[in-house]
Amino acid sequence: MTLFLIVTLNGLTLAALYFLAASGFSLIFGLMRTVNMAHGALLLLGGYVGYTIVDATGSWGLGVIGGGLAAAFAGAIVQAGVLGRMQGDELRQTLASIAISIIMADLMLWYWGGLTYQVELPDALAGGQRLPVLNVGYANIRLALMGFALVVGIGLWFLIQRTRFGAVIRAGVDDQDMLRALGCPINRIFVLVFALGGMLAGMAGVVAASALSIAPGTDLQFLLSSLVVVIVGGMGSIGGAALGALLVGLAEQYGLAYAPTYGVVFTFAIMVLVLAVRPQGLLGKAEQ
Amino acid sequence: MNKLKMAASALALCAMAAPASAEDVKIGVISILEGAFAALGQDGIRGAELAVLETGGEIDGNTIEVITMSSDASPDSAVNAARKLIEQDGVDIIVGPLSGSEGLALRDLSKSYPGVTFLNGSSAAQDTTLRDSSDNFYRFGGDGAQWMVGVGDYAYDDMGYKSVAVIAEDYSFPYTQVLGFMTEFCEAGGKVPEKFWTPIGNKDYSSVVYAIPQDVDALFVALGGADAVNFLTQYSQAGGDKPIIGGSITIDQSILDSKGPFKKLLVGAPAGTPTVGDYDGDEWKAFTASYTEAFPDGFSAPSIFAHHYYMSAKAAMLALDEVDGDLSDGHAAFRAALNDLTFTTPTGGTMRLDKNRNGVIDNFVTEVYEREDGTLGNRVVKVVRDVDQLLGQDEAAFLASGPVSRDNPSCP
Amino acid sequence: MKQALILVPLLIPPLVLNDFWLTQVATRSLILGIMALSLSFLATYLGVVSFAQATIAGIAGYTIAFFGPNSVGIGVPLPFWISIPLALSLAAISGALVGLIARRSRGIYAIMITLAIGVAFFYFTRQNYTFFNGWTGFSGVRAPEIAGVSLRDPLPLYLVSLAVAALALALVSGFVRSPLGLTIQAVRDAPGRVLALGISVTTPIVTAFAFSGLLAGAGGILNVWYQERVSSFSVGLGPIIDILIISVIGGLRHPGGAFVGAVVFVLLETFAVDLIDRERFNTLIGVVLLLIVIVAPGGLQQLAHDWLARLRAPDTNEKSSV
Repeated sequence: MTLFLIVTLNGLTLAALYFLAASGFSLIFGLMRTVNMAHGALLLLGGYVGYTIVDATGSWGLGVIGGGLAAAFAGAIVQAGVLGRMQGDELRQTLASIAISIIMADLMLWYWGGLTYQVELPDALAGGQRLPVLNVGYANIRLALMGFALVVGIGLWFLIQRTRFGAVIRAGVDDQDMLRALGCPINRIFVLVFALGGMLAGMAGVVAASALSIAPGTDLQFLLSSLVVVIVGGMGSIGGAALGALLVGLAEQYGLAYAPTYGVVFTFAIMVLVLAVRPQGLLGKAEQ
Repeated sequence: MNKLKMAASALALCAMAAPASAEDVKIGVISILEGAFAALGQDGIRGAELAVLETGGEIDGNTIEVITMSSDASPDSAVNAARKLIEQDGVDIIVGPLSGSEGLALRDLSKSYPGVTFLNGSSAAQDTTLRDSSDNFYRFGGDGAQWMVGVGDYAYDDMGYKSVAVIAEDYSFPYTQVLGFMTEFCEAGGKVPEKFWTPIGNKDYSSVVYAIPQDVDALFVALGGADAVNFLTQYSQAGGDKPIIGGSITIDQSILDSKGPFKKLLVGAPAGTPTVGDYDGDEWKAFTASYTEAFPDGFSAPSIFAHHYYMSAKAAMLALDEVDGDLSDGHAAFRAALNDLTFTTPTGGTMRLDKNRNGVIDNFVTEVYEREDGTLGNRVVKVVRDVDQLLGQDEAAFLASGPVSRDNPSCP
Repeated sequence: MKQALILVPLLIPPLVLNDFWLTQVATRSLILGIMALSLSFLATYLGVVSFAQATIAGIAGYTIAFFGPNSVGIGVPLPFWISIPLALSLAAISGALVGLIARRSRGIYAIMITLAIGVAFFYFTRQNYTFFNGWTGFSGVRAPEIAGVSLRDPLPLYLVSLAVAALALALVSGFVRSPLGLTIQAVRDAPGRVLALGISVTTPIVTAFAFSGLLAGAGGILNVWYQERVSSFSVGLGPIIDILIISVIGGLRHPGGAFVGAVVFVLLETFAVDLIDRERFNTLIGVVLLLIVIVAPGGLQQLAHDWLARLRAPDTNEKSSV
């Protein structure tokens, strides 16, 4: 019983990380219908830059911000330089972003090498503490993950539902042409959204590098988990991403604990199951 | 159209190229030169080049030419690299590859090219030579089980562990490592009540951490690279305090140099390996000196990959020397020389082959210790000489226990 | 058929190429081309980009390995005249299954779903030892021998691959003209109207996927003969992306271009090591892919076509080809 509860807690904390990683992906898709296959590469870039900054300054907070900004900058360049030119042609955008992710992954490998990096945590987050009731040790950073996810989730909700920028984003989701006709600088907004998505990915990268670790290949792992999270939850819905992350995180941990052999396949089986019943995802709007 | 022209002219070139002069011996070296393993793969190449450098690049008037090819850790790519070396570059000898599945693939490929002699690089799958071996595939090195010899006894006798849980990646190399450990450990009377096989590249081990039984004395961890870092970090964050026993690629210097909070767990941790960077044997010191001299941009000491590629290339050089560089008899004399070869390895032991053309090797039991400056290193606590692939057992009995798998061996 | 005729000059290479060029470059291009054709077919006529083609090719390859001679001692050896049709059927069925799962998804949605299916299958092969022999997979797979000649020998393998490629192109061009093929294109252009006519869209979609699965399976069988092995690596993200890259280079909407893309890809992969640092191969291939997507979305096939058209009719020069 204790094991079950701990595994559930592990699933929740992992879900928090997956939500952080997928939120930027979901945001970009929600507004722009762009499947950004370079999302994992942005996340890894953020992680590497964050590591470099923490290593140099010793400040974890600076690392998270710096990693986020680096990925935001890269994301903005990707949108302004490449993907923006083919707005509306989703397939080309997807292919171009695959090409970009291949190039980015290779260049990052060149610069940072094949080593595994772990970002050093501040004292408050390092180490663990004994959990009440369960009476086992538990890592502080994993508990903190849930806090981060809540902050990011609520922040995004506030941004989208309560601000003018969010109103434009929501309008963009519903009717891009109308927005364009109204004279909204939609291209600039697209670049901004991409930067914001990149920022979220980059910060998630630093957090992932702190809670777990990063190495070449991490980009693909998080790209895949983000894909599954948003497909299961429903494309472009923040609530959907949260629900999707919960399902994926729990499935992964239960799988690892109770059925290690085929645990990795569970995640994808869930996705296929959801799609067979609801192609638009659990909380997604129906596709056109 | 430029591309087509380029291809056409390359075509013309290869059609006109004269057959290699009879005095040249071409050696193709296959290693992983791309992706995450690139730096380590490059060190394998250094090892092979060092052996050739020692001959001055020629043997009895025959020039030795080295051609390198990259694979990407997948068996398919190793096979493609070997085919290119053989069919396009016309190599006589192949040294490589780096990883286990690639080794099995080249072993199979070697049967299709009886005119080429294959010498394994650092791949350590058991079946490459044990079952279904190939007459022209040689391994002047050990397999993953040989690399663990000494550790099981050390854990049981010297550390006093009676019961150990295994955490290892779910594929053939860790299976083989677990075999090497458990063969001794179980025979000594130890128990392995539970084995956790985790998918390679797994990031979050937290649920495994909490499933580890409380009543074991130690953990045998056969994870590599990022997986080891992740597991050890999460285990220590969760308050885990069981002593660790490491596989051959678990506790390398990069892990000891990382800043993880798990370091206190590792002090005193034993591990098995055929290569110890700062071993103080005379032969090893000389080997390290010539390595650093030849490759100032290399590592501070030869890695396991440089060491193994070196031994294979060295064997090829010695055997070539014995036949005066003459391979014109379809490699028959050269292979006979390889089969009978004995030479002193960089670790001071005597390398020779068993009847499956697998090396009889030296193996080390190391332990992690704290240096005076507070950093961690591995030091040798035991050298085991003359480790053969059957781990000293009777051949029939050893083979009868079947190929390694998740459930073989077992002693709960 | 016209496209199939293009293949006739390809009977020349065996006369002038050495074994390496014939097998490693020419044959390999044909095999990858056949797999990429299965993707281009779907993209062109159904308007769906599937990432599961390497997976389906892998299923056929695994079938051949499991039911044929191999050196890992798993499986049931069957004569090749049973195992080959079996592999093709399984590939077609898997294709149909993928189509069934993805039937309600278009465009990017279909990409993500098929990608997830492909990755799930990849993990499954890694973990399962009963049918797939896990991480290591099957080795020592031998192509059948007919009258004492192994189909793996350079010339027979080339000719068989060439024949299969020609047949595949002919099948595609015949299939798209058949009533079912026309329905499929109607589904691509206006699924709503097809439904309004009282025709189910599921059947054409599933059929198109099954047909493309058959093509991919044929490529997969040739591939396992060529490699003499199949493993989890053969169905991983690498091969999945490779097939996509080949299709895009050749022109995603030009089935014949798959072979052009395959030749370019194989030449790059084989000889990039001589031109640039091998370590940066992925950057090179990524840049090539990006350039194609930006400059020539129709791929090399379209590019060549446009150039030819421009040469013939210089006065239409001002029309952009992009």
